[in-house]
Amino acid sequence: MRYLTEFRDPRAVAALVDDIRATVTRPWAIMEVCGGQTHAVLRYGLDQMLPEGVELIHGPGCPVCVTPLETVDRALAIAALPQVTFCSFGDMLRVPGTDGDLARVRAAGGDVRVVCSPLEALALAGRLPDRQVVFFGIGFETTAPANAMAVHRARAEDLRNFSVLVSHMRVPPVIDAVMRAPGCRVQGFLAAGHVCSVMGTGEYHERARRHRVPIVVTGFEPLDLLEGIRQTLHRLETGRHEVANAYTRAVPAEGNPVARAMLAEVFEPTDRTWRGIGPIQDSGWALSAAYRDFDAEARFDVAGIRTREPAECRAGEVLQGRLSPPDCPAFATICTPRTPLGATMVSGEGACAAHYRYRRAGTGHPNGNGVTPR
Amino acid sequence: MCLAVPAKVLTIEDEGPTRMARVELAGVTQRVSLAYLPDVGPGEYVIVHVGFALQRLDEQEALRSLEIFAELAAATEQLE
Ligand code: SF4
Repeated sequence: MRYLTEFRDPRAVAALVDDIRATVTRPWAIMEVCGGQTHAVLRYGLDQMLPEGVELIHGPGCPVCVTPLETVDRALAIAALPQVTFCSFGDMLRVPGTDGDLARVRAAGGDVRVVCSPLEALALAGRLPDRQVVFFGIGFETTAPANAMAVHRARAEDLRNFSVLVSHMRVPPVIDAVMRAPGCRVQGFLAAGHVCSVMGTGEYHERARRHRVPIVVTGFEPLDLLEGIRQTLHRLETGRHEVANAYTRAVPAEGNPVARAMLAEVFEPTDRTWRGIGPIQDSGWALSAAYRDFDAEARFDVAGIRTREPAECRAGEVLQGRLSPPDCPAFATICTPRTPLGATMVSGEGACAAHYRYRRAGTGHPNGNGVTPR
Repeated sequence: MCLAVPAKVLTIEDEGPTRMARVELAGVTQRVSLAYLPDVGPGEYVIVHVGFALQRLDEQEALRSLEIFAELAAATEQLE
């Protein structure tokens, strides 16, 4: 496949690693914000190729993991209603709520369906006029345009049996939260490439200056990731706190203006509580006034939700880059992808699942990267 | 969640509000919306996520990155 295999070329990987080794003169800690990047880093063992002292800290960019527990609980309550056909991305089915998960609601007779696109849920609403079709609209700026279009079409087609449980999160405000956290060790960021494909790079310039960090837009293939790391390290070594783009083939500076216009039409900024992290101002999107008729929270009265996180789970620390998954006592003992205690063990973008899948042993090193490079 | 991946646009199936197209994605064909990329046509590569193409993959930029990597590799091999 074009644009894929070329960006995995082992000769170029070796050359980038050599350049990184020649650049680095002291220890640095870089956060890869996006969970997709965490998985790629561990899958290809990129962290183990870096010189000793260069540390990748896993970030909070796992949409499934940071969806507020209260929202998950609300989803469980709505999905259990007899008149509701509840549609969700597959990852969300095993995410633990206070009492069970969507898979359990389905096993108990709830009409819960897995879709790969909100357009599938919309089509279902057209086919099932007697059902209330609810779509679980989670995700970052990458996913929000799809959900915005579904709501926009629902209004245009007057599909009154369609609604969305919206829990969209925005990445830039969480960078502020990470930098504000006490004991923060992050000195530079790999910004999530596909978030920037939509939003562009404009939200980062002022943040790079204010937090005194380089922010480098980075893709997902091994060469993309190493190039993002290389560009970050070059800037760290020379004290340049600026934005750079190491993923130019998929990220124009302005992002996607058509998608951004739709987001601005359908959503408005709102404060959100990130699971495991806490409330962050303006860190999410809610439906704007013109689309509030399609808000599942308003349509179904599921008040009186009491949330409780399992005491053993330390996903909050994992999401903030303060704990490496293998150093959680429950990791791979009582907590596995089959019996997850926290959302970070479930998702294809969760850091605990990534470590479990690629079998990294706990080493005391914050990212389980105890292998000394050659 | 369904990650964002590169896909090749094969045909535009309708020019309606969701601008549905057939794309090839990891060896299989899928229907996705090109609503957010009104100017993209068959033969071009796009980034697809949850049923929507989000951005065009710029061939010139891809080649430019690969050239930089190739130069680095050549320089490294000369040293060895
Ligand atoms: S390993 Fe399991 S219990 Fe520990 S932080 Fe991760 S999800 Fe929570």
